[in-house]
Amino acid sequence: MNYIPEVIRTIPLEYYLYFSAALFSIGVIGVLTRRNAIVIFMCVELMLNAVNLLLAAFAAYRSDPHGQVFVFFIMAVAAAEVCVGLAIIVMIYRNNRSTDVQLLNHLKW
Amino acid sequence: MQEIVMPANRPEMALLCLLIPLLPFIGFALNGLGNRKLPKGLVGLIGCGTVLASFLISVYLFLDFTSSGSRPYTVDFYDWISVGSLQVGFSFLIDQLTLLMLLMVTGIGFLIHLYSAGYMSHDEGFGKFFSFLNLFMFSMLLLVMGSNYVMMFVGWEGVGLCSYLLIGFWNKNTNYNNAAKKAFIMNRIGDLGFLLGIFLIFITFGSVSYPQVFAEATKVAGVDTPVLIAITMLLFIGAMGKSAQIPLFTWLPDAMAGPTPVSALIHAATMVTAGIYMVVRSNVLFILAPTTLDVIAIVGLVTALVAATIGLAQNDIKKVLAYSTVSQLGFMFLALGVMAFSSSLFHVLTHAFFKALLFLGAGSVIHAMSNEQDIRNMGGLKKALPITFLTFLIGTLAISGIPPFAGFFSKDELLAHTFQHSKIMWAFGVLASFMTAFYMFRLLFLTFFGKFRGTEAQRSHLHESPAVMTIPLIVLAVLSAFGGFLGIPSVFGSNHIIGSYLSPLYNYAKGINATPFEPMHLSHETEYMLMGISVAVAIVAIIIAYVMYVKKETVPVSEDTRLSPVHNLVYNKYYIDELYNTIIVRPVMWLSTTFYRFVDVVLVDGIVNGVGRFVTFSGRTLRHAQSGAIGFYVMVMVFSVVLILFLNFFIG
Repeated sequence: MNYIPEVIRTIPLEYYLYFSAALFSIGVIGVLTRRNAIVIFMCVELMLNAVNLLLAAFAAYRSDPHGQVFVFFIMAVAAAEVCVGLAIIVMIYRNNRSTDVQLLNHLKW
Repeated sequence: MQEIVMPANRPEMALLCLLIPLLPFIGFALNGLGNRKLPKGLVGLIGCGTVLASFLISVYLFLDFTSSGSRPYTVDFYDWISVGSLQVGFSFLIDQLTLLMLLMVTGIGFLIHLYSAGYMSHDEGFGKFFSFLNLFMFSMLLLVMGSNYVMMFVGWEGVGLCSYLLIGFWNKNTNYNNAAKKAFIMNRIGDLGFLLGIFLIFITFGSVSYPQVFAEATKVAGVDTPVLIAITMLLFIGAMGKSAQIPLFTWLPDAMAGPTPVSALIHAATMVTAGIYMVVRSNVLFILAPTTLDVIAIVGLVTALVAATIGLAQNDIKKVLAYSTVSQLGFMFLALGVMAFSSSLFHVLTHAFFKALLFLGAGSVIHAMSNEQDIRNMGGLKKALPITFLTFLIGTLAISGIPPFAGFFSKDELLAHTFQHSKIMWAFGVLASFMTAFYMFRLLFLTFFGKFRGTEAQRSHLHESPAVMTIPLIVLAVLSAFGGFLGIPSVFGSNHIIGSYLSPLYNYAKGINATPFEPMHLSHETEYMLMGISVAVAIVAIIIAYVMYVKKETVPVSEDTRLSPVHNLVYNKYYIDELYNTIIVRPVMWLSTTFYRFVDVVLVDGIVNGVGRFVTFSGRTLRHAQSGAIGFYVMVMVFSVVLILFLNFFIG
C-alpha cells in the first residue's frame, strides 16, 4: 500500500494547477450565467472543491499537513453552508414555485 | 519676635477642633435626609443642639487657649492635596482671630437657630431650612478655622452656596429665585478674584499655608511691589464680593428675599464679615501694599456713604437694615484701609451683636404684622410688642453710636483711627454715621411710634412673639448694650481687651511696619473732642428724626406720588441696578443671543444637520445600484475580485 502523498506526487504539480483552475473557472462561469438557484449552488461547491484540490496537492508536495487540515475545515463549513442554503432555496421554491434567481428582485429596497 | 505656630500634640484637642465644624455637618445630614420624616421638634433640637455643642466646645477651646499662654497652634488631620510642590493640608489654625470668630459665629449662630425654631415653625420646609442653616454653620466654621487659603476658599464657596440656597428658600417665588441667582453670580465675580489671588500667592511664596506665607512675606524686599499689589487687590476683590462693597454690593439688599433669620445670620452677622476676616488674616500682605490699603479705605468710605444715603429713603424694614449693613461693612473696610485691623474686628463683633438683634427684631415685627414689611403700614407697635420694642431700641442706640452701647465704642475707635490717618475721610465717616443715626431712628419711630397704619386684620392679629424668639432678642440686646466694654478706649484709663487680645496677630506685620500697631498718639483732648462730635452728631440726627416722624407724624409718601429729583434718585438706589443692567447685563445677554443665533444655530447646527442631510442624499442616490438582480451582484463581486487580484499582482 502506497503512502497517499506519494500517490499524489506521481502526477506533476502543474497538472493539478491547470485542473483546479479549470474547475474554478467553470464554477465562476456557472455562477454568473445560470439562473437556477440549485445549479448556482452546485457551481459554488465546484469552486470550493477546486480550492480543496489545490490545497491537498500543495500539502502533499510540500509535505506540510496544514493544507490537509484546512481542507477538512472547508468541508465542514461547506456542509453547514449547504444545509442553510438548501433550506433557503426550499423556502424560495415554496413562495415562487420556481428557483429562478431573476425572480428574486423583490429583495431590493 | 516671630510668631511660633506649633502643632497641637494633644489628640483630644484635635478631636474637639474637628467636632466644631463636624457637629453642624452631622446636623445638616440628619435634617437634610429626614427632611419631611422627622418631627419638627426633633429637627429644631438637632439644628440648635449641634450648634450649641459647637459653641460650648469653642468656649472650652478659648479658655484652654488663654490659660495655656495664648500660643497659636495648628491641628493637622491629613494631607489633602499634594501635587508637585503644592502641599495643602486639611488642618486648622487655632489662634486669637480664629477663636474670636468661632465664638462669634457659633454664639450668634446658636441664638439665631433658636429664634428660627420659633420664626419658621409654620413653614412646611422646616427641616430643609435647618439643614441649610447647619450646612452654613459648617462652611463658615471651615472658613474661619482653616489653616491655609485653600481651606478658606472651600468655606468661602460653601457659605456662598448656602447663601444662595437660603435666599431662594421660598423657591416658588420667581423674584426670590432671581435674587438668589444675583447674589450667587455677584459672589462668583469676587470669588474669581480671590482664586486668582490664591494662585498668585502660591506662585510668589510657594505655599498657601498661612504661617509659611506670612513668614515668607516678611522676607520680601520692598514694599508696594507690583506682585504684592496684585495679590492684595485680587484678595480684596474677593472680599468686595462677599462683603458687599462697591461695586459688588447690589446683591445684599436683594438678598433680603430670604427668611429673616437668614438675613440676620448670613447677611448681617457672619458671612458678610468673611471679607474682613480674610483681610485681617492676611494683614501681613496688606501691610506690604499700602496702595491697596488706600484703595480699600476709599472703597469702604464710598460704600459707607452711598449705602447710608440710600438707606435714608427706603420703606421696607429689611431693606433699610440691609443698606445699613452695607454701610457698616463700609466702615469696617475703612478701618482696614487705615490699618486699624483690631478696630475693624471690634466693629465686626459689635455689629454682629446689634445687627443680628435688629434683624431678629424686624423679624419679630414682620411675624406680628402677618408678613408686612412696609414701614408705611406700621406704626404704634410699641404697646403691642414691648420686648421687641425695647430690644430694638437698644440695637438702634447701639448702631447710632450712643454711649455706653456697643456701637459707640467700636465706631468711635474706628473713626479715631481714621482721623489720625486723614481728616477728610474722618469728616465723611462722621457724615455717614450721622445718616446712620437718622435712618435707624426714622425706622424705629415709623415702626413703633405714632398711630397704627395697617389694616384692621393686622391690628387684631398683633401679638408679642413667643419666648423662643424673644430670648435670643434679650440676650443679643444685653450683648449690644455691654459688648462695647470689651474695648474701652485708653482715654478712660482702662485696658482695651480686644486690642491687647488680638495684638499677637500682627507679630509678622510689626516686623515690616510697626507704626500702625502703636497706640494712638492723639492727645486726650482730641480724643474727647472726637467722641463728643460723634455723639453730638448722632443726637442731632435723632432729634431731627424725632421732630420729623413723631412730632409732625410725617409718613413717607406712597409709591405713585412724584418725588423731588434728589429724593427720587436716592429712593431708586441711584439707579445702580438699572446701570448694571444697561452696561453689563444687557450687553452680555446681547452677546449670548448673538452667539446663539449665529454660532450655535447657523454654524454648529448647520454642520450637524449638513452631515445628516448628505448621508440621506447619498443613500437615496446610491439605492438605485441595488437592483435586486442577483446575477448583477455576483458579476460585480467577481469583477471586483479580479480587479483586486490584478492590482495586487501587477501594480502593487
